[in-house]
Amino acid sequence: MTTNALTKPGGSGRTGDKVFSTASMAAGILILVTLFAVALFLFLQAIPAFTADPAEVSGGKGFLSYIWPIVIGTVIAAAIAIVLATPVGLGVALFISHYAPRRLAAPLGYVIDLLAAIPSVIYGIWGYLVLAPVLVPGYEWLNANLGFIPLFGGPVSQTGKTMLTAGIVLAVMVLPIITSLSREIFLQTPGLHEEAALALGATRWEMIRMSVLPFARAGIISAVMLGLGRALGETMAVALVLSTGNLIPSLIKSGNQTIAAEIALNFPEAFGLRMSELIAAGLVLFIITLAVNMVARWIISRHQEFSGAN
Amino acid sequence: MSKRIDVSDLNVYYSKFRAVEDVNIKIDAKSVTAFIGPSGCGKSTFLRTLNRMHEVIPGATVEGKVLLDGDNLYDAGVDPVTVRSQIGMVFQRPNPFPTMSIRDNVLAGVKLNARRIGKSDADDLVESSLRGANLWNEVKDRLDKPGSGLSGGQQQRLCIARTIAVKPQVILMDEPCSALDPISTLAIEDLINEMKNDYTVVIVTHNMQQAARVSDKTAFFNIAGTGKPGKLIEFDETATIFNNPSVKATEDYVSGRFG
Repeated sequence: MTTNALTKPGGSGRTGDKVFSTASMAAGILILVTLFAVALFLFLQAIPAFTADPAEVSGGKGFLSYIWPIVIGTVIAAAIAIVLATPVGLGVALFISHYAPRRLAAPLGYVIDLLAAIPSVIYGIWGYLVLAPVLVPGYEWLNANLGFIPLFGGPVSQTGKTMLTAGIVLAVMVLPIITSLSREIFLQTPGLHEEAALALGATRWEMIRMSVLPFARAGIISAVMLGLGRALGETMAVALVLSTGNLIPSLIKSGNQTIAAEIALNFPEAFGLRMSELIAAGLVLFIITLAVNMVARWIISRHQEFSGAN
Repeated sequence: MSKRIDVSDLNVYYSKFRAVEDVNIKIDAKSVTAFIGPSGCGKSTFLRTLNRMHEVIPGATVEGKVLLDGDNLYDAGVDPVTVRSQIGMVFQRPNPFPTMSIRDNVLAGVKLNARRIGKSDADDLVESSLRGANLWNEVKDRLDKPGSGLSGGQQQRLCIARTIAVKPQVILMDEPCSALDPISTLAIEDLINEMKNDYTVVIVTHNMQQAARVSDKTAFFNIAGTGKPGKLIEFDETATIFNNPSVKATEDYVSGRFG
């Protein structure tokens, strides 16, 4: 009998490998299945809202005109949050990673991480009870001096429960995400690149611009996109802080609404077509978040050749 | 466009630990000076104190004087940024900026401190710097491609081009060939030989043949044992150090008896 000396008797003897590869593949498939199942559920449950007689949909003009204002509201709230949180978050992250003395950097990092641990309902209550009243005089000033811009049109909300307040609360909530992720990336900048800049006679800020920021570019975009995802989907804080209403241009007047808050506020009492509408709104939010993530990936991949990876 | 360096009574500390002890050395303008010695003898640390790059290492401090044509680098009020723009440095591993094109890499130092440079001046500077680093012919058709796409030896020459583009007085090289193959090493050594026409070059090397090939003068550093500070043992013409050293330890080291 000819046997290959390289074959092992008694099976392959590599059970560990097989178990592990099967397990990891199953985990991978599970994610895809979950994603697909969620998308399918949203789509199937949402169909009635699309096909219903326009007059029966909330607002009486069909699904599109129902969803449009709250899509805009969602985007505005998230945009305010990102515009406010990104510069602050990156600044704090750079301070911790490259400017602060070591004794200060570590505790500051912990404090920022703690911000992320506060439940969103707490942020909502804080925004409702503390932040909103405090902001009213500021809004009045904005209205008095910049009132000609529709964004700051009056009359100013006397409770301060406005879109801008909601955006600011969201900014505080996404700040730790942006800060801690970008801090990690900044700290990973190869010392070689930093020294290259310093040895050419770069100041610290020039060194950061030449080596740290380009290296961290993809990471910064991911951090901002994750923050944006959180801001888009955040429910409790907006539901508590915002005094909702129709879509209006002014950010300092009561009004506007976001998808997540619309669903959270109305879902408990919804049934039938109303339920389908809310699920359809959820589907739209899902698509927006997906699109945001895909755009982020595209931005990152566009500069692959010049990334620090090669 | 080159200056001399006089170092007197220089001590380097890492927090409390003294890493380099009492170095006195005079480095001539327009010459190549090599630092040799076993690992951990403080030669790279000492090299870094010549343009204050040791300050990047947490806890590293210096006592003593380093005079660049008579001006002390460690006088109060001297900005390390100014020092480094006059005394450039090339590192052990090639470190072009990965996100920049070859052209931008060469211009990186020139664009610092908010200096502006016209397009045609920039083109000229890129060409002359790359020619100065013997890299022009290899990259002239792909100046807008990333510098990280070049081979290791080309990347190191790109780093040299970047360093000479700012027109420094002195160029420090910290084992510039230790990550390169023999052919790239030869290219860099040829380059060092040409560079001494314009610059003061100080090179740290583990390769004694390299020191013998490229340098005019050689400094031998040694440590008495682990935990002891590194010292400058002997500094002389390269030929003397390799053929007729006056200290026994130098002779043992260059003849390969230890280290």
